[in-house]
Amino acid sequence: MVTEFETPETLSWHIAAPVSAFPADGGACVKIGERQIAVFNFSHTNEWYACQNMCPHKMQMILSRGLTGDQNGEPKVACPYHKKTFSLCTGENLNGDDYRIETYPVRVEAGMVYIGL
Amino acid sequence: MKNIVVAGNGMVGYKFCEKLLARHNEGLTDGGQFSLTVFGEEPRPAYDRVHLSAYFSGTSADALAMAPASWYADNGIDLRTSQCITHIDREAKTVTTHTGQVVAYDTLVMATGSAPFVPPVPGVQKDGIFVYRTIEDLEAMLAWGKRATRAVVIGGGLLGLEAAKAALDMGLETHVVEFAPRLMPRQLDEAGGAMLRQKMEELGIRIHLSKNTAEFEGYDRVTGLRFADGSVLEADMVVVSAGIKPRDELARQSGLAVGSRGGILVNDLLQTSDPDIYAIGECALHNSMIYGLVAPGYDMADIVATQLLTSTSAKTFAGFDMSTKLKLIGVDVASFGDPFCEQIPHRTIVWEDRLAGVYKRLNITEDGKHLLGGILVGDAEAYNMLLQTSKNRMVLPPTPEDMLLPTRKGDTSSAGAGVMALPDDATVCSCEAITKGTICTAVTEKDATNILAIKKCTKAGTGCGGCVPMLNDLITETLKAQGKIVRKVLCEHFDLTRQELYDLVRINGQKTYAEVLAQYGKGCGCEVCKPAVASVLASVHNQLVARQAVIQDTNDKYLANIQRGGTYSVMPRIAGGEITADKLIVLGEVAKKYDLYCKITGGQRIDLFGARVDQLPYIWEELTDAGFESGHAYGKSLRTVKSCVGSTWCRYGVQDSVAFAIELENRYKGLRSPHKLKSGVSGCARECAEAQSKDFGIIATEKGWNLYVCGNGGVTPRHAQLLATDIDRETCIRYLDRFLMFYVKTAEPLQRTAPWLDKLEGGMAYLKSVVIDDVLGMNGQFEQEMQHVIDTYQCEWKSVVDDEELRSQYRHFVNAGDTDETLAFVSNGRGQKQPAQW
Ligand SMILES: Cc1cc2nc3c(=O)[nH]c(=O)nc-3n(C[C@H](O)[C@H](O)[C@H](O)COP(=O)(O)OP(=O)(O)OC[C@H]3O[C@@H](n4cnc5c(N)ncnc54)[C@H](O)[C@@H]3O)c2cc1C
Ligand code: SF4
Ligand code: SF4
Ligand code: FES
Repeated sequence: MVTEFETPETLSWHIAAPVSAFPADGGACVKIGERQIAVFNFSHTNEWYACQNMCPHKMQMILSRGLTGDQNGEPKVACPYHKKTFSLCTGENLNGDDYRIETYPVRVEAGMVYIGL
Repeated sequence: MKNIVVAGNGMVGYKFCEKLLARHNEGLTDGGQFSLTVFGEEPRPAYDRVHLSAYFSGTSADALAMAPASWYADNGIDLRTSQCITHIDREAKTVTTHTGQVVAYDTLVMATGSAPFVPPVPGVQKDGIFVYRTIEDLEAMLAWGKRATRAVVIGGGLLGLEAAKAALDMGLETHVVEFAPRLMPRQLDEAGGAMLRQKMEELGIRIHLSKNTAEFEGYDRVTGLRFADGSVLEADMVVVSAGIKPRDELARQSGLAVGSRGGILVNDLLQTSDPDIYAIGECALHNSMIYGLVAPGYDMADIVATQLLTSTSAKTFAGFDMSTKLKLIGVDVASFGDPFCEQIPHRTIVWEDRLAGVYKRLNITEDGKHLLGGILVGDAEAYNMLLQTSKNRMVLPPTPEDMLLPTRKGDTSSAGAGVMALPDDATVCSCEAITKGTICTAVTEKDATNILAIKKCTKAGTGCGGCVPMLNDLITETLKAQGKIVRKVLCEHFDLTRQELYDLVRINGQKTYAEVLAQYGKGCGCEVCKPAVASVLASVHNQLVARQAVIQDTNDKYLANIQRGGTYSVMPRIAGGEITADKLIVLGEVAKKYDLYCKITGGQRIDLFGARVDQLPYIWEELTDAGFESGHAYGKSLRTVKSCVGSTWCRYGVQDSVAFAIELENRYKGLRSPHKLKSGVSGCARECAEAQSKDFGIIATEKGWNLYVCGNGGVTPRHAQLLATDIDRETCIRYLDRFLMFYVKTAEPLQRTAPWLDKLEGGMAYLKSVVIDDVLGMNGQFEQEMQHVIDTYQCEWKSVVDDEELRSQYRHFVNAGDTDETLAFVSNGRGQKQPAQW
């Protein structure tokens, strides 16, 4: 899937890992430069999402280990620590708290996953 | 066109706007068209002050708003925040704000609320002294609290205790100072106040009674309080919560009549001494009463809104019930009706249990027919029902003392069913004045079958929230009365209860989450249904959870317990708490090699903390090589069977409790269940293994064993109940197989055995008839299924250690061999490490 991005001129695509490195309907963490990015493979809907690995609640590098799913169709991830859930589209916290996370576009090409930063 | 101006945009001011629009939309229009202008002194639109403390636990200011700014705009209301009205010209009928804005009114509604009363104690202006009323107050407290260590709250009333709990939750040493000789003097009697004090002190809040603050010490910031008796209490933060003072300054200055002790005087129509000016909410003085609660304020708002829209309104304010239930402080406290009955002849029934910290008092009429009021401390579950009984003057049962006894909900005659006895016009939600009849109709006719739908459809439960438990009971009982079964479905993705899903999976044999979702669910699933389905799959098939890591909850995913900072703890099984010296040495060596923090747990095991995710398989490899296996400390499954040393060593012991504990732990290890299972075996009645606080506990007798089930420690400790007496080993195991399988099959997700028993119709008597008398005819199947679980047991750690593919999941980055460099440890000062602060 290719996610359109509003400001393509500021976006550069980084190699993350081969598709096979990511569990079906699960997540994994990749390192891009010094950044930790959580990448999620929703094989059920054939969509990919990426966001910061750090949970803004207690600043833990953990979101890639969270359970994924959807809330009324909106893809989300739940932090393993206190189950705060975040939209993987908007980065908004879905429990009504003020936290939000950065999300990034994902591109899959020839078996390789790329993240746009 | 009539110009209506509202002074004050607090909870009641907002409710007035809402009611005005609602009544207008309902067709009340003979008052003609109107325009609405609202002035609020605070920087943001009205918010839910009642739930202000939720701001401390992370609820944002936006989430607390009664309605967003756009709501006012969308409804044509001219809301002007950060505007304080400083002048009313009653001749010209205009108001003027502090920035000079002038607006003309035909009708002015004063909803200026109240301000905290701050006693004029010398030094009260010092830094570090706060009040507790607005979001800005809380922001200031939070900022200051970061550097403070000891907080003192002045005032042991409703708000003071709430503020104290907030200070405690901020991590501060917390004290409460009260002028009166008891806590909550206006709601509680002496015994009730004493019980509340005991409860607050158990929470860690220190209480000082009969203390009169004479001075705040410190140069420019507060360092302590000096009392009239000369004693001193050090503090670097003070919250003053000594009562409220109606904001009548504007009214006073405009020549409106005010009470001698404050408050804008109003008549039954809520008009002030100027008939074009009304006062509602906490600033209004009606019949010598200031109502410091939202519900009466909302009632006033509705009365004025209705009056303004009709030329002939007969609706008047007739006073209000001041019953209250304290929320949020971790202790149930409530008082209702007339809690003291000082003036009325009455009889009193008191129930007191000092051990459990429960005090209840009911005042009933001399003929024993009606309830006049009462006090509940430590257990206020019956509050709503008792309040309704007294408000509606319902006739009491012949033994009213039964209403005070702790309810064992397993009895079918539980509190829940009692709600149906209320008359239809009983007000269930007093904030919104919603009757039982309205709620039942919403359930039957508008299909509002859950609490969210009820809130949306009737607005009940949207105010203080105190009536929500009763709403739930009403929904359940109404549905039951209609012959509809009430089902607790898993989540939005599965319209099935756990038990229904369990049966489907057992009969149809699905093995993966994807199959289950495709067959019975919709969407992508979520963090609720994935672990629930994982638990069902594991209970039914006992296959390796590691094969479906992506649907497992936090700890099951990596077969270890996640801890602060992102590392895990590793806890091998030490059945019955018995371990050889050689094995102890292995644990020590492994801990040393991987630099792990060591701690003995409450379940007689040894926990090794601080392992990185990539280290886990290596640690398990060393442990399993030495004969250890997984302790399932991470799973919703059997944890430990704790034992005392029993008859082999102990001079009192009558049976070999250690051997039995080891046998049971090895039998049920690996059994996946709706929640964790803990157990204990004691060698005699002295009960050193605390078996009665476990999901299943066994105590030796001269003749055999006594079996107890459905106890737990934790947030709501429960004693296990006796299932069978003096049974032999084999019978005990047979009963346990059946009991455990019955629980595993029928409980809700994350429901432990005690709450499961509470919900089981027929309670303990029914459980006995299933397990012992086989009334369901299921025992053969239960035993067979348990045998399957036992036969297919495998050590989950070993399975990962031996499988390259599973092992490869244990790394932090999938595209780099690095470990997570944000992991950080510091010394704990006692020779071991701990994670850096989060
Ligand atoms: C921490 C806390 C917990 C509480 N818990 C409960 C509870 O559990 N149950 C319960 O029933 N009640 C509770 N209360 C009380 C409840 O919040 C009040 O009864 C309710 O807020 C009263 O509403 P009001 O609109 O009359 O006053 P307020 O909410 O105080 O609103 C008045 C508003 O008018 C503004 N104002 C004042 N003068 C002017 C002026 N001249 N010009 C413009 N604006 C002006 C003020 O700034 C304020 O925003 C609690 C209160 C607090 C502080
Ligand atoms: S419960 Fe009885 S047998 Fe066990 S240690 Fe205590 S006294 Fe001894
Ligand atoms: S009581 Fe339990 S949950 Fe609370 S800090 Fe201790 S280990 Fe953690
Ligand atoms: S650390 Fe993520 S929810 Fe608390």
